[in-house]
Amino acid sequence: MMKWSFRKLRLRTIAVHLIAWSIALAWLVPFLGVFSTAVRPVSEITNGWWNFDRLNPSLNNFILAFTNPVLPLSRAYANSFLIAVPATLIPIFVATLAGYGFSRFRFPMRDYLFLSIVLLMSIPQQMIAIPVFKIMLDLNLYDNLLSIILIHSAWGLPWIILFMRNFTRALPLEVEEAARVDGAGDFKIFSKIVIPMAVPALASAAVLQFMWAWNDYFFALILLPTQANWPVTRVVTSIGSGALTTDWGILSAASILTMLVPLVLYVVTQRYYIRGMIGWTIKG
Amino acid sequence: MGGYTLVTRIRHIPSKILLPLLSRISRHGLRPHAGRALFFTPALVLLVLLVIYPVLQTIFLGFYLELPGGQRQFTGLDNYRAVLTDPATINVGNLPWPPPLGTLIHNALWIVIHLPISLFAGLWLALLLQETKGASVVKSCIFLGMVTPMIVGGVILRFLLEAGVGVVPSFFGVIGVRSLAVNWMVHRELLLLGLILGSVWLWTGFSLIVYSAGLTTIPKDYFEAARVDGTPPGRMFFRITFPLLKPLTLVIVVMTILWELKIFDIVVAATNFGGGVGADTLALQVYRFFFYDSNAGKAAVVASLLTLLTLISTSLILRRMAK
Repeated sequence: MMKWSFRKLRLRTIAVHLIAWSIALAWLVPFLGVFSTAVRPVSEITNGWWNFDRLNPSLNNFILAFTNPVLPLSRAYANSFLIAVPATLIPIFVATLAGYGFSRFRFPMRDYLFLSIVLLMSIPQQMIAIPVFKIMLDLNLYDNLLSIILIHSAWGLPWIILFMRNFTRALPLEVEEAARVDGAGDFKIFSKIVIPMAVPALASAAVLQFMWAWNDYFFALILLPTQANWPVTRVVTSIGSGALTTDWGILSAASILTMLVPLVLYVVTQRYYIRGMIGWTIKG
Repeated sequence: MGGYTLVTRIRHIPSKILLPLLSRISRHGLRPHAGRALFFTPALVLLVLLVIYPVLQTIFLGFYLELPGGQRQFTGLDNYRAVLTDPATINVGNLPWPPPLGTLIHNALWIVIHLPISLFAGLWLALLLQETKGASVVKSCIFLGMVTPMIVGGVILRFLLEAGVGVVPSFFGVIGVRSLAVNWMVHRELLLLGLILGSVWLWTGFSLIVYSAGLTTIPKDYFEAARVDGTPPGRMFFRITFPLLKPLTLVIVVMTILWELKIFDIVVAATNFGGGVGADTLALQVYRFFFYDSNAGKAAVVASLLTLLTLISTSLILRRMAK
């Protein structure tokens, strides 16, 4: 009897592992397909990318995507970085100031103001699209990378303010009070005490905000009509697409190159990414 | 008598707020805390100019008809009526099936189908992975969809569903299901369902990661005690695990609904702007009304309705997030 249940337990363990690992593998199939298509000439995948009768892998499609005369991905890469880096630094700085303020300073209507800002988090980008389009035209910033940097900076504020406010609120007050007794002002306490303690939270916020700016498509769609200004997310929808046919080799290579940056960032900063994601959704 | 007290009460409100404020200022002076406004100024300036003003402007635009030459005419609810009776929003003629059923119905279908599948798949996987070696690797594989830019996610869905390159039609060809061994991108019924089901692949990582984190917070003693009492596993799940995960479930439900309401990139990338509106969503309809039809009023109405839906969903967890 005992033996039997022990065997049952082992069978169960094996089954659980088998199921879990097959699901992981199944989840990777689309990525493997894109990879298999990207590293082979089109002639080899006419019978499906899963057919490996002929196999001459090369980086040709990647080079073609990167140096494409009409839509060079190299240029788009530069644009994406030029957008995402400032669109991360500006809102992090601005939102940390405000988030700290909301966590420590008392003033009338504070919680209502804070709640209103948090509510802005849920609004779809389309809700501001038309006026923003007109504002950028009026400011002469339409089709200029500055327009999209500004809009990402503003758009990222609500969730970073929420995130940093919840983080700084959990910091021990004693240190700040001790510094205040020693005569330190608000800004000194903020820059010398709060910021150094907030580095992990800043890293989490930076990773998520960078990905958000890098992955964005909609703002780039409405604000950047000229191809020379396009970030990678816009190039990837147009590259390799002919009038009737699609060059899946180049399109796959471009897809991989587009997701490569967020992917590497995720792998390197996994801890911060997950913590940011979970803190931002769960912790109240 | 009652009216009199009400009036005096209302008249007292400003002084109730103002007097303590003034007395505080006179006691401490303005200076010591005036610098604190600088903590909020940059954020408020950016938010007011680029988010709040545009939001209000969009609401306002919904009540106007834009005339050629930059003039506006107040038309009340005409735009709302036009949008809600437009077959592009709700296609009464095709209900209940096949698509195009209109953007509002498409988004609703997205929620009805995609939400339960991705939620329970994530929960089930989180439970399964509790007793799996190398669970973190499996989680990372499934979480890849969340890291993928949605625009690339859309390209990959097309890559899976299109005839020729697509593994999905080929698979159904091999197992002999003729009706599904076709180009999903050009069959309207299959296009919408394919994108909705395909996006389960992109989003399940979210509920998996959140549930996994939640499971680690449940004290082991609960399960130990239940096991000692001889509680069957199914009962343990419904009596301990699921009730304790309930707050997380609410967060996942709301975040997933928000994601489903805002679907844009996936459809654009997979169908190259709508594939004959068969899979259009509300977000895509805003773009179409404004940039294709130059109808700012109708575009603003769709955006406002979409925002209303997102705000209703968020209100369910707002208190929790800002606690």
